[in-house]
Amino acid sequence: MTAPQPSLRRRLHGMFFKLPLMITCTEFETFILAYLEDDLPPRQKSVFEFHLKVCRECRDYLAAYRASLELAKGALGQDRDHLDDDVPEDLVKAVLAARNA
Amino acid sequence: MQMRSRSETGSDQQPDRDMISDLKRGDGPSTDRFVRENIGWMLASARRIVRDRSLAEDCVQAAFMNVFKNLDGFKGQSSLRTWMHRIVINQALMTLRARNRLQEKSIDDLLPVFDASDCRLEDPWVTLENPESLLVQSQTTQTVLSLINGMPDIYRIVLLLRDIEELSTSEVAEMLELSESNVKVRLHRARSGLKKLLEPFLRGQDL
Repeated sequence: MTAPQPSLRRRLHGMFFKLPLMITCTEFETFILAYLEDDLPPRQKSVFEFHLKVCRECRDYLAAYRASLELAKGALGQDRDHLDDDVPEDLVKAVLAARNA
Repeated sequence: MQMRSRSETGSDQQPDRDMISDLKRGDGPSTDRFVRENIGWMLASARRIVRDRSLAEDCVQAAFMNVFKNLDGFKGQSSLRTWMHRIVINQALMTLRARNRLQEKSIDDLLPVFDASDCRLEDPWVTLENPESLLVQSQTTQTVLSLINGMPDIYRIVLLLRDIEELSTSEVAEMLELSESNVKVRLHRARSGLKKLLEPFLRGQDL
């Protein structure tokens, strides 16, 4: 897929992110996991956080990325609680019978 | 329920040692209690992976048989529950593999997009709903679960094992026979895909 052609404002944005000690949005993307797991060395972490301050798109993206993970964990957690209370007695008996066989 | 897989040593494991010796002795009431205490979370873990109630029940039965058969091999390097957790997950993964469900499928359509200047294309977020408030509606939970279940298996499984079952990257790599860096790449892609799938909820739009 060809990347869309950027507007002048976005081209300037892109040039700004290529200055020394800056990262582009694509580089930011590759650091997200390490940042969230606190695996970035201090210098890289501050470069990452600076990008986060100046780039609205990446800031919005990361907030939604975190929120979606929280939503997924919450939904799966509710499902797990429901399943925990819903074990068929037949299954318990089958396991016990196999153990005693 | 927290399912930490880090090693637990010392006096915390005395109840495990007592239970193992009861199980090895074939103590009926202890075995009954052991099965009832663990079968719920094992079934939930298996079902999340195989996405089928009946297959999950088969996995749990097979996992219990493995647990009973290998009690002598349990060295106490982790808690009994952590050890059983790995057994049931491995069993569920074997079931998926047997059905060729762990094949590569693209998730590219769900990944973020950048322009030719390497700038991210992301519509402004006027609203970002609170996930906790969204989950008050049971319909939301069901739709979220069905969207997660629709993800390509290899990404869904990495997401489940790392973020829900709380296994470490190295454990997931070992279970899925992938390198650790590959697990990390897949995890990030899975989370990015998840963000795209759940975006309408988080923007407060109707699905």
